[in-house]
Amino acid sequence: MLDLEWRGTLTGIKAAWRREISAYFATPLAYVFVAIFLLVLGVFTWDLSRFFDTGAADLGPFFYWHPWLFMMFMPALAMRLWAEETSHGTSELLLSLPVNLTGLVIGKLLAAWTVAALALALTFPWWISVNILGSADNAAIALTYAMSLIMAGAYLAIGAAVSALTRSAVLAFVSGVLVAFILTAAGWPLVSGAVADMFGAAAGDAIAQFSFLTHFETAQRGVLELRGLLFFFGFIALCIALNTLFVSHRRGGAQ
Amino acid sequence: MLDLHNLRKAFGDHVAVADLSFSLKQGEVLGFLGQNGAGKSTTMRMVSGVLEPDAGDALIHGQSIISNRRMAQSQIGYLPEGAPLYRDMTPVTFLRFIADAHGLSRPDRKQAVERVIADARIASVAGKPIAALSKGYRRRVGLAAALIHDPPVLLLDEPTDGLDPVQKRAVRALVARMAPEKAIVISTHTLDEVPAMCSRVIVIDQGRKVADETPENLANSKPGGLEEAFISLAESREAETC
Ligand SMILES: Nc1ncnc2c1ncn2[C@@H]1O[C@H](COP(=O)(O)OP(=O)(O)O)[C@@H](O)[C@H]1O
Ligand SMILES: [Mg+2]
Repeated sequence: MLDLEWRGTLTGIKAAWRREISAYFATPLAYVFVAIFLLVLGVFTWDLSRFFDTGAADLGPFFYWHPWLFMMFMPALAMRLWAEETSHGTSELLLSLPVNLTGLVIGKLLAAWTVAALALALTFPWWISVNILGSADNAAIALTYAMSLIMAGAYLAIGAAVSALTRSAVLAFVSGVLVAFILTAAGWPLVSGAVADMFGAAAGDAIAQFSFLTHFETAQRGVLELRGLLFFFGFIALCIALNTLFVSHRRGGAQ
Repeated sequence: MLDLHNLRKAFGDHVAVADLSFSLKQGEVLGFLGQNGAGKSTTMRMVSGVLEPDAGDALIHGQSIISNRRMAQSQIGYLPEGAPLYRDMTPVTFLRFIADAHGLSRPDRKQAVERVIADARIASVAGKPIAALSKGYRRRVGLAAALIHDPPVLLLDEPTDGLDPVQKRAVRALVARMAPEKAIVISTHTLDEVPAMCSRVIVIDQGRKVADETPENLANSKPGGLEEAFISLAESREAETC
């Protein structure tokens, strides 16, 4: 029985992943996304962080921007996942299929995550260039890349869950960015510092613990913390559960 | 094959389907009639597991759509109203997706896709983007998707709505070919399809069953034939509720 349930989930994951991958690449969406992401990240790293002026063999100025760009880009990638099903009426079709809903939710998320992974992989010239500049700490860079990918999944999970609440992809994008912003900025010294000033250092710390920024910065220092991994994967699991709940709520008749 | 037991659904105060029961056997083609807003689509959405009933149950091939949803759903082919499809896909990739969701293995999937492409007569457009297809072809792609797992029960919500006479005839022919092995429910708010396709007619009005007849009996119940009978059934209930 458990085995059957598991197979039902796996069927849903595979079917939804294939469907969404084909949707991303059938339209210019994935290509445009990857191109703009690489361009913006490049400009920020090059220009705003003055990457080569520092002369250091360090990707810090490059990784610095990841949370802030993901905050905008990941909701853009995820916004259509469920909102479009509702607006095109295809959710009717999807809900009539003999699959486990959680499987569909995971499959869609994984498809968006795959596109994000592709975008991240295509930043490899930055990694090569720091190795040309000097002796880079490649283990630390690999760790930060991995953490960045996990963090991208967390931002996507927010975007996907929010997109199940509306039939408008634009609305899903805007609210996704809003939630993502809150979860990013909470760890920004400007915000956590202000909270600490108002409510005490413990409150500032507590707020920062809920921020993607905080956990990503730990990885940037080359430290692999179990707490960070648990945070991101726990957060993704929570979003998947909420996403499933939002979709199954429609079975009750909400439109 | 299909048993509905006191299915009920309300949206707020508005009762869309009220204690609807009927049974359908293999070989029967049911014309599910009612005016717009009578509750046809709501019934089909409940039977297909898209919408949860407030009360009652539907058994598909003996499987409860409530307590055994996925097993029941694997016995149904459902064409939703308006045949919603993923417009960015081609019929082939779309049908593969539906087959994947039904858990078909690769070789089975290939066979099933070929079979339904032939059955629904969509070979000539199988590789084109769905967005570029005419309404008639899109409806047939939707039908093909409903048939991919060769289900014993078919629910077709207004399958001929918006089609031209030639396309309507193609759908009718497909239904006739499949009818002997399946139990089929076809919802419609127009009557011209009924005598040609259906062996039985259920008329619902404001969510309630008001007639369950053969098309001939229903047509003979009024001098004006089927249309008169249908209109008088709808109007009599309007008079009651006013
Ligand atoms: N999701 C919904 N929310 C609120 N009302 C609905 C919903 N779906 C259907 N209805 C109402 O239920 C009634 C029956 O609708 P429907 O089953 O679509 O009728 P039909 O398919 O026979 O035209 C209508 O009055 C419709 O407005
Ligand atoms: Mg309808």
